[in-house]
Amino acid sequence: MSRTLVVWCADWPVAAALGDAGLPRHLPAAVFAQNRVQAYNQAAREFGVKRGMRRRDAQSRCPEVQVLAADEARDARVFEEVLVRLEELRPGVMPLRPGLVALRSPARFYGGEAEAGAAIAECVVGLGIWDVRIGIADELFTAEQAARSAGLQETYAVPADGGSTAFLRALPVHVLEDANAVSLLQRLGLTTLGGLADLPGADVKARFGAQAAWVRQVIHGEGARPVSGRTPPPELATEVAFEPPLDSAEAVCFSARQAAEGFVKGLATRQEVCTEVRIEVAMEDVADSCRTWAHPRWFSSVDLIDRLHWQLAGAASGGRGGGVTGVRFVPEVAVSEAVHADGLWGGTNERVDRGIARVQGLLGHEAVVAPVLQGGRTPRDRQAYVPWGNRPSTLRDRALPWPGSIPPPAPARVLADPWPAEVCDQAGRQVVVLPRGGVSADPARYRPSAGQPWQRVASWAGPWPVTEAWWEPDGGRRVARFQLVGVDGRAWLATFDTDHWLTEASYD
Amino acid sequence: MVAGIERHQKLAQIEQLRSKVRRLEQKPGMGAELATHEALGGVVQLRAGGTYAADSLALAMLLLAGPSGAGEWTAVVGVEDFGVEAAAEAGVDLERTILVPRPKDSWLEATAALVDVTTLVLVRPTGRVTPSVAEKIGARLRTRGAALVALGEWPRADVRLRATEPRWVGLGNGDGHLRARRMVVEAVRGTAPPRRTALWFPAEDGGLRRVLEPVTDIADLRKQESA
Repeated sequence: MSRTLVVWCADWPVAAALGDAGLPRHLPAAVFAQNRVQAYNQAAREFGVKRGMRRRDAQSRCPEVQVLAADEARDARVFEEVLVRLEELRPGVMPLRPGLVALRSPARFYGGEAEAGAAIAECVVGLGIWDVRIGIADELFTAEQAARSAGLQETYAVPADGGSTAFLRALPVHVLEDANAVSLLQRLGLTTLGGLADLPGADVKARFGAQAAWVRQVIHGEGARPVSGRTPPPELATEVAFEPPLDSAEAVCFSARQAAEGFVKGLATRQEVCTEVRIEVAMEDVADSCRTWAHPRWFSSVDLIDRLHWQLAGAASGGRGGGVTGVRFVPEVAVSEAVHADGLWGGTNERVDRGIARVQGLLGHEAVVAPVLQGGRTPRDRQAYVPWGNRPSTLRDRALPWPGSIPPPAPARVLADPWPAEVCDQAGRQVVVLPRGGVSADPARYRPSAGQPWQRVASWAGPWPVTEAWWEPDGGRRVARFQLVGVDGRAWLATFDTDHWLTEASYD
Repeated sequence: MVAGIERHQKLAQIEQLRSKVRRLEQKPGMGAELATHEALGGVVQLRAGGTYAADSLALAMLLLAGPSGAGEWTAVVGVEDFGVEAAAEAGVDLERTILVPRPKDSWLEATAALVDVTTLVLVRPTGRVTPSVAEKIGARLRTRGAALVALGEWPRADVRLRATEPRWVGLGNGDGHLRARRMVVEAVRGTAPPRRTALWFPAEDGGLRRVLEPVTDIADLRKQESA
């Protein structure tokens, strides 16, 4: 019977984040989600950092802790490196989650389980991942628990034929991932899995849920899950190298055309199309330019070359031009082409996308935008322009209350750059907002911008004071908003900012 | 019996598909009516190939809301201060709205490219539009079955729309906030007498509705009064 080997990279989110950020992995570091510690490494543990701790508490215990953001996609992506190396040693790996992978034990090849474990640990440590532990057992769950019991870079082999039952019975109940079941078992006085195993099977399922019931079965030697190997993902990225380096964007685009066609064709043979692509441009002397582009439909080779051209133009205008030594197209998102197949009646959207592509070709990628709504206080904050084809990211939630926002209706004209305005009282003095929130005098005359005529104020409302970003060191921005209607019936949204007036929006 | 029902269903389906084919084959030629916001009914009817000049962005959004609400694509060129939230409130479908806020000197090329793919283009030209340029765009609109709304002046526009007599409700002397606006939309078509309608835009409840029946002609009104 084949044995199962589980490789566990402890604190994987931290190791992945450090590796991705190019930092050495021995630094104390923790991954934070929503300002609380989600994972931390051994160095941070020594300082007393704990799971669920707030960031400021973690930093007070260990000021030099590296604060890293949680990102599951990154964890999985970095783990891919480990999988590829393991596949070189033993094909048919079965990734369980980022940081945990099972494979059929190659003990016979290496002449023993300890030797096999050592060979695999050496391979993983070779990637710079120090905290690796290996467990070997008859079955997947036992092997995973064995890996968690193993010492740093060591192998814990659970003896075959009945050894796993004794091993599992001694484990504490909190190895179950179901927090409710663990809590209930502990309150019932069952502290080890042995106690769980002695309960009747049907009752365990009814009372503690499916996972506990399955673990109980495993202890009794049933319900073992087989290790099924994965099919290694195909290599879809395409690259082209230039020797000698090319200077002009046109030459690069011309030479990369064949690579772009190959890229699209490679996906097409798998009946897939790419909707999001990462273009990496390797340059001489300066840092590589790397950018992800999305497409509202999918990338054809012409689209890829367009994006490459924009990226090169952007790099050149940012003063980062240089000899290009290579271009690489990496598919970030590839979907089945059936998803994007043309309807029988022709897709109108495709026609629209072509028209947009023409305007983008004329004015640049950022010139054509999709308007989206988001949350915010000022009318300008409440809208956003997303370059056509990109997915909107980091939009503010509209459902939040946003105290200080202007009640509807919304202004029709939202000035991109507010105009310097003037507001005077009857005597012709500038109206100012006093520190306690009152106005010095009623506004009587108004001028939206320097070039426009003065207008008598027919009615007005305000001031609506807002303190924005008061936590910033410079004290943020204290502003007061007004709605003003002139005698001509036009309504304006004006802002008093410390000592001057601005016209933010107009309602006509 | 069952076969008869099946046959009936199939025939209905075929008829449905045929009508779809007919609709797709038929180019929305010149003069075809485009969806127009019901509040503007009787004052202006958007037509394929038409050019419309509006003097206020709110009014232009109302024109945009007609085709956009009916599922057509629309584009906005050169309007840097487009109030997205106000457009959504007016009934513009943002999902099918393309914005080119700063076309710089290429507003004409961008407009021409977008006329090809959308039904209604709202444009604020930078600088003066010469009659020859307007005629070129007009020809393109007619072949593509699209319409154009210009913010500001447009040579020989089919209909000129003005938002007049705006009166805001809800604002006091330092209290309240803007709630509703009553305005009169005036449409001038060539040398014909202007058509007017009074609108609550927006109304107190955020909607949009007529105040009165449209007064099509002042002369008519006078006749009615004298009669």
